[in-house]
Amino acid sequence: MLDAEGRCRPSFQALRDNLNELSHDTLTELQHAADKAQMSMGMTFNVYHDQQGIEKILPLDIIPRLVSGKDWRVLEEGVQQRITAINLFLDDLYNEQKILKDKIVPKDIILSCPDFLEPCIGLKPPKGIWCHITGSDIVRDGKGEYMVLEDNLRNPSGVSYLLENREIIKQAHNTLFSTLGVQPVSDYPGRLLSMLQYLSDKEFPTVALLTPGIYNSAYFEHSYLAQEMGVELITGQDLIVQDQRVYMQSTSGLQPVDVIYRRIDDTFLDPLAFNPDSMLGVPGLFEAYKAGNVALANAPGTGVADDKAVYAYVPRIIKYYLDQEPVINNVQTYLCDEEEDRKYVLEHIEELVVKQTNGAGGYGMMIGPKASKEQHEKFRKLVQAKPRNYIAQPTLSLSTVPTLTESGIAPRHVDLRPYALYTDEVRVLPGALTRVALVEGSLVVNSSQGGGSKDTWVLFDK
Amino acid sequence: MLSRVASSLFWLGRDLERAENYARFMDVNFNLSIDLPPSMKEQSDPLIAATGDRELYISLHGEDFRRSNAIHFLAFDDRNLNSILSTVKAARENARIVRENIPRASWEVLNDLHHYMQGTLKKQIWKKSNVQNCFKEVSDKLQIFNGMSYSTIPRVEGWFFTKVGQYLERADKTSRILDVKYHYLLPSVDQIGTPIDFLHWGALLKSVSAFNAYRKRYGKIDPSSIVDYLVLNRYFPRSILFSLLEAENSLHEISGAPRGYSNQPEKLIGTLRSDLEFADVNDLFEAGLHEYLDKLQLRINKISNAINEQYFQVRPNFVPSQSQQA
Repeated sequence: MLDAEGRCRPSFQALRDNLNELSHDTLTELQHAADKAQMSMGMTFNVYHDQQGIEKILPLDIIPRLVSGKDWRVLEEGVQQRITAINLFLDDLYNEQKILKDKIVPKDIILSCPDFLEPCIGLKPPKGIWCHITGSDIVRDGKGEYMVLEDNLRNPSGVSYLLENREIIKQAHNTLFSTLGVQPVSDYPGRLLSMLQYLSDKEFPTVALLTPGIYNSAYFEHSYLAQEMGVELITGQDLIVQDQRVYMQSTSGLQPVDVIYRRIDDTFLDPLAFNPDSMLGVPGLFEAYKAGNVALANAPGTGVADDKAVYAYVPRIIKYYLDQEPVINNVQTYLCDEEEDRKYVLEHIEELVVKQTNGAGGYGMMIGPKASKEQHEKFRKLVQAKPRNYIAQPTLSLSTVPTLTESGIAPRHVDLRPYALYTDEVRVLPGALTRVALVEGSLVVNSSQGGGSKDTWVLFDK
Repeated sequence: MLSRVASSLFWLGRDLERAENYARFMDVNFNLSIDLPPSMKEQSDPLIAATGDRELYISLHGEDFRRSNAIHFLAFDDRNLNSILSTVKAARENARIVRENIPRASWEVLNDLHHYMQGTLKKQIWKKSNVQNCFKEVSDKLQIFNGMSYSTIPRVEGWFFTKVGQYLERADKTSRILDVKYHYLLPSVDQIGTPIDFLHWGALLKSVSAFNAYRKRYGKIDPSSIVDYLVLNRYFPRSILFSLLEAENSLHEISGAPRGYSNQPEKLIGTLRSDLEFADVNDLFEAGLHEYLDKLQLRINKISNAINEQYFQVRPNFVPSQSQQA
């Protein structure tokens, strides 16, 4: 909100004036109304370890975050470039492997990655698209530069929160919303449906969303998206594969399915092709997919480009396939598998953030400056034992935005997750899920660890 | 429509109808207890017997039928799968499973009702004197749900599965309340025609919201006419015949078969409906009302099972892994 000299950025003045007019009590009232709206909508997730089955909401901060049209164009271009390159990378990896032969990305990193799926070798997914739906995590450092923290290429969740947050916050600040001029996001489900239909050659393909079921923490999102798109919400047990074709078991018999937006992890998709003990998936699904009789979004096998060691090579991947410099940079990354980097990491572990290469949800990581001596020692040992499984990055001074707290409006650290859909080109939804670390000083924005969310208003250019 | 979804919608209809019936039964019983003279004890026992869960109740509370126990058992006890709390929870779980098939506004009402029940549970409202407000609230919320659904849900398969569930449940509950009231509450011969007798029969009619409609049709409060009205009347929306007609029509909407029957559930419900259509109230008393209603409940169960067989079965697609077989 403030620039480097502490002045309010001009497009944000209206928000500032508006907030200054509202008393703390009024803001708190708005906050309660927003909480209640989330509860009514059932925007809840189950807390697994809790026997009572308590349902919790993801706290939604009542103060929107603004992104100027100018900043947004950079983000949009950066995401488009990145996803285009990663898609080419995936197609290459599972086919010719030119990038490995040219030694741009070390072969060992790919072959040792648990998310590189051998059954996918030689696969040609419909329209050549692998990562249809993505949501890269982006942060802004102390200097105001945007950087990609990770690419979520498998099953990025949170877009339903983005859409519902907008409905709630728009009501709470309706005058401000219409004065500022905010780019709309409500056509996302329509775009998602068109993207899925585009994957089939049929004129009216049957599209379905495959969920692990109501106990999954993202179930709200699955049912929400199915409803907004008007497609069937299915579980593995609803499907059956016969002669390499996928059918839903309906009240009038078997009904063919053409496109599946699957929210089940790769290895649970099909017990015959991957994890043999998966009860969530459908036996024979992968064969049907390979035969071209059903489309899956995202394609299986995309997780390899999500690996944090592979992430370090994305700038080189962009250069290799597109011959361009990255529009948005990576965060500097030390690969513990490389001797020189490992040495640096072990010596400077107190200053660094150490992450497991296939970790997610804020688990399996250590923030050096916040961690104890024992934790430093523990991670030194972990890194030495399995260097391939760890990377390290400098601790960023993440940007903060104004957030409502018990003692008034205060700065809190945030990240940004814009969502992109890959059809004939990569399109980025003009909005994002902002995750906010609600605990003072905390850098962890994950919902499982005290994080909340914010509505993100991308302004029209004036 | 997916078999799993059809099943959830059917049970959504059944569970919500059950919750609403319970709420009304309890509201009426509570009002009845206010009117009773001091010499007469409030009766919770017949109400519990009406639900068919008397055994479970006795295993939890013995023969202690005091009001707070009975209210807790019927409304708030999660050990009783038919309590309002449990059926609302089950309905809401089923609604979550098929969220994409339910209008958003209806879903929000149901979700709020669930949170409301969980809230009253925490407040231990059954120990308080104003507990009947809770039953009014439940009925109102369910009527809002029904009203919203009525004017927004397309009349396609899913709607009719919910209706089949709802009307089968209603037929069952009307038969139960009639059966138990008849056996337990029939006053001794010298009380027939007294104000107490009137109160009891009035309460029975009110527990299926039939008091005014019955008055208009028959005027006099008379056991035989009441049975006739609640079992055989084809125009009153809570009578057994009416409920079966609605359920049967819904089954035909699902299958598309115009008359007669095209599958087992249609055959079973058609024969039951025509048995009622061609019966008069004397046939019921000749067979013995209790026996008649008992058989009727069994036949409703069979219809429900046949629907399950016909529409909700899903073939297992899971193949055990090689490692497990070895």
